[in-house]
Amino acid sequence: MPQSEQKLIHTFSALADIGQEVAHKYNFHEMIRTSFHLLLGSLAIMRGGIARYSRFGHELNFLAVRGLGDDFPVSASIDPADEREFLTAGMSAIEVSQAKMLIFFQRYQPFVEKKGIELIIPMIVHDELVGLVMLGEKASGEPFNSADRAIVQAMARHIGVGIYQRNLLAELERKAEQNRRLYEEMRLTYADTVKSFAAAIDYKDKYTEGHSVRVGKYSELIAKSLGWSEERVEGVAVAGYLHDVGKLTVEKRIINSPTRINAKESAELSKHPVVGYDILLPIHHPYTDVPLAAKYHHERLDGRGYPDGLRDDQIPYIAKIVNLADSFDAMTTNRPYKARRPAHEVIEDLQRNSGKQFAPELVTALCEGMLDELEGGSEDKSFRRLLGREYMEAEGIIPMLRNALNGINATGSLTLIASE
Amino acid sequence: MSITQEADIRREGETAVVYANEYLNKITGEKIERECRDKIAAGCSRLLVSFRDTEIVNSIGISILLGVIDAASGANAEVVFTDVNPDTAHLFETLGLSRHARIVTA
Repeated sequence: MPQSEQKLIHTFSALADIGQEVAHKYNFHEMIRTSFHLLLGSLAIMRGGIARYSRFGHELNFLAVRGLGDDFPVSASIDPADEREFLTAGMSAIEVSQAKMLIFFQRYQPFVEKKGIELIIPMIVHDELVGLVMLGEKASGEPFNSADRAIVQAMARHIGVGIYQRNLLAELERKAEQNRRLYEEMRLTYADTVKSFAAAIDYKDKYTEGHSVRVGKYSELIAKSLGWSEERVEGVAVAGYLHDVGKLTVEKRIINSPTRINAKESAELSKHPVVGYDILLPIHHPYTDVPLAAKYHHERLDGRGYPDGLRDDQIPYIAKIVNLADSFDAMTTNRPYKARRPAHEVIEDLQRNSGKQFAPELVTALCEGMLDELEGGSEDKSFRRLLGREYMEAEGIIPMLRNALNGINATGSLTLIASE
Repeated sequence: MSITQEADIRREGETAVVYANEYLNKITGEKIERECRDKIAAGCSRLLVSFRDTEIVNSIGISILLGVIDAASGANAEVVFTDVNPDTAHLFETLGLSRHARIVTA
């Protein structure tokens, strides 16, 4: 094979390989190293380096070097005037002998000359300087001719595209991280706002202090017991916190009445689910169905609830959870007209009303959550914190919960068969 | 032709014998250069690179060989490329590697 033909094939193979490297390598540093070998090996160039340019710090950082010695700087600053000069040069190789007017060259002259750098090729993509390629002498000792320059410029262009892609990706990752942080901050702000609302609702009702917060927590515990995702658990907790927001418009006198309220007052109080829905609907919640939970948290499976008398399948699932959490808290706390009921009575009530007022699988989830905490299967002590240790650890509660779970499961199956 | 993933390098007195194999042509071939630098640092004054099992040498391979030459020149060590087939010898000649290393054809 004639000498020139063999050299041409060798060089063009390198050019083809570098294109593939840049297009297909996912590991940026490996892509740079391989491309650097291909560049040096294409014309047997003894020494050189590839540097990435940071336009924020006006700094070159060397990603790969060969034969420049240990004292060669790993990074170098570039004057804005140099950047303009490089942009003007485009992708053309600049001979070091012609680069002496550059501030960059003057600053690093001892290194550049001592290390035998002959060519500097700015890598420019979309009118942006992304880096520099520096090349020393060829192994043959011959100077770079115009064909050699065209080849190294083409290869540098490929490497420049690789660096540009990496910069874009890094920028994208930075923005994604920024968005993630922003979202997290918004989520926390939202959660704090919701809790403040819950506290405001509870503040109005001196007899049920902490009710909304507890309903939020019970709703969360039920959803967790159902094995829901973190996001859905958060959503149902929010629905619990805000379920009584409509009470903000009910007269304090009615809410705080120490005796049973009359029919007119009861009608006024019964409006709070719909009012709550109207308050929550215009708000863009990060979770779905929060307004529906407020509207339907007094509906019952048997259709005897309010405001619309919906039946089982018509009631949004989130409202069923909040309904159970709301009733559970009502039963387990002291009210002006009713004392807190003992744990065994509450469990019996849940069992009795499973399939009538409460969805059986939700009662199961609540009982399982309590049982799990009592039997040490869960490190979460939320039920103890909410109900008090003595209440939760009342004698006989564990067998009662187990018994209830068996009974509820059977009821659930029967309900399913009947409905089919 | 055998393809090994590990650099096959042996030391015989002051000579380090390197078997280039096919992986010289890949990024993994960088290990050859590192090993050669280590052998020179350990006192070897002669690097003998065997191309017995190497059919072709691409640009990555050339670059790695230039690294070997660079390592040797810093320590005044001699570099010899042995068992080189005629095409590869021709390429080394064309690219100027023969100015820095003695070429012994197969």
